[in-house]
Amino acid sequence: MQLFLEIGKYCRLLYEAIRSATEFKTYRKNLFSEMVKTGVDSLGIVSLAGFFTGAVLTIQTSYQFTSALIPKSTIGAITSQSMIIELAAVISGLVLAGRVGARIATELGNMRVSEQIDALESMGFNSVTFLVIPRVIAGILTFPIIYMATAISGIIGGAIVGYMTNTVTTYEFMEGARLYFFPWDVAFGVIKSFVFGFVITSISCYKGYFASGGAEGVGYATTRATVLSCIYVLLSSFVLAALLL
Amino acid sequence: MLEIKDLKKSFGDTLVWDNVNLTINDGTTLAIIGKSGSGKSVLMKHLNGLMYPDSGNVLIDGRNLNDLTYVDLRIVRQKFGVLFQGGALFDSISAFENVAFPLRYFTRKTEKEIRDRVMSCLEMVNLENIGDKGTSELSGGMKKRVGLARAIVLEPEYLLYDEPTSGLDPETSDEINDLIIHMSKNLSITSVVISHDMHSVLRVAEFAAFIDEQKLSWYGTIDELKKSDNKRLMEFTRASEYQI
Repeated sequence: MQLFLEIGKYCRLLYEAIRSATEFKTYRKNLFSEMVKTGVDSLGIVSLAGFFTGAVLTIQTSYQFTSALIPKSTIGAITSQSMIIELAAVISGLVLAGRVGARIATELGNMRVSEQIDALESMGFNSVTFLVIPRVIAGILTFPIIYMATAISGIIGGAIVGYMTNTVTTYEFMEGARLYFFPWDVAFGVIKSFVFGFVITSISCYKGYFASGGAEGVGYATTRATVLSCIYVLLSSFVLAALLL
Repeated sequence: MLEIKDLKKSFGDTLVWDNVNLTINDGTTLAIIGKSGSGKSVLMKHLNGLMYPDSGNVLIDGRNLNDLTYVDLRIVRQKFGVLFQGGALFDSISAFENVAFPLRYFTRKTEKEIRDRVMSCLEMVNLENIGDKGTSELSGGMKKRVGLARAIVLEPEYLLYDEPTSGLDPETSDEINDLIIHMSKNLSITSVVISHDMHSVLRVAEFAAFIDEQKLSWYGTIDELKKSDNKRLMEFTRASEYQI
């Protein structure tokens, strides 16, 4: 019963958000600041995560390919393909579920328990337009860029580590990456990152917006937002792979 | 005029309000008094549609809140200024910007006009030198005064005060009380003060409504309150530090 209640409240919040999305003037300023907080400020951590994921992938692939019959360019192909199709989107999604999701849930939760959301409504604002829409749109618009940054960092990380450990030359690595590069794979990653951007920001907004019970309630909302975002990132990744690949 | 008719409200199995009727005439100051947890703030949130009753009606100048669309409700809400218990200032912007906030979104004033209006409201609450201080740098009393400046910046017809003096020292409480009196008298604003601070209530209000056991237990003028023989009301006022 509680589950249906939660789904109903979540859908209602989304409906309110979609209905008032035309009030661009109200959330324009917030949208740009949210895009900076969600996108630009996250580039460092996701690039780092991508770089090391690509690096580890290169080392592990070369460790498993012991046969001399397999060309070394395959290492580049596997690393770049894995990053583009799956890892860049999922790794950045999981990192951002923690970084962005927790921030959104905490911000909105604090605003709820300190009556700032009530204050907004009292003045005549639609608090959903003002608080939820810019965060969700910022997530949807910036996650694809973050995904690309993660994928590029991963490929660069793989190439550098391959070169430094003498397992594959940069030329061979990039040759493999180019040989197995398909534009659809990038499109698939971008689609996934759109979905992850929506899932993470909307769940976090929902949990924060309806937080209650003081500091403990905000802590609980933040934890739930992060955990649920991670679960739904993995789940939606699976569903999209099953549907689109 | 604000009217509450046959209002009923519960949260789950807990009944908060049962058949409450109350009228607040224009230009008057009403204090709603009662024990902590008696549902005073819940009642206040019904007055501007932040909460809806399970049954019954709330009428603002004859318009039933239940009949309004969300867009109309937002317009009606602009008739109200609300001072929340903790000030409810937006902590991501400065004190000045908090007061300027509604002006930036709901008026077409120029930057100079906004500055002038904000400064005049801050002067009214004796905070003209607040500058661009962040809200975290403000004391509890200052937060309430900035909250009050923000509440009056759009020149509302009604002002709702939720525990305006709670958590403040007696001197700061008196300053807030003076401001409430100033707003009511000089700006002719209809005020509703939610409080259990009898000292404040007796200073600022003309009428009082006593809430007890989910009902409006007593209603009258402040002079009548002082002479009332309502047992529960007497117990409540006697328990207050302030001696009538």
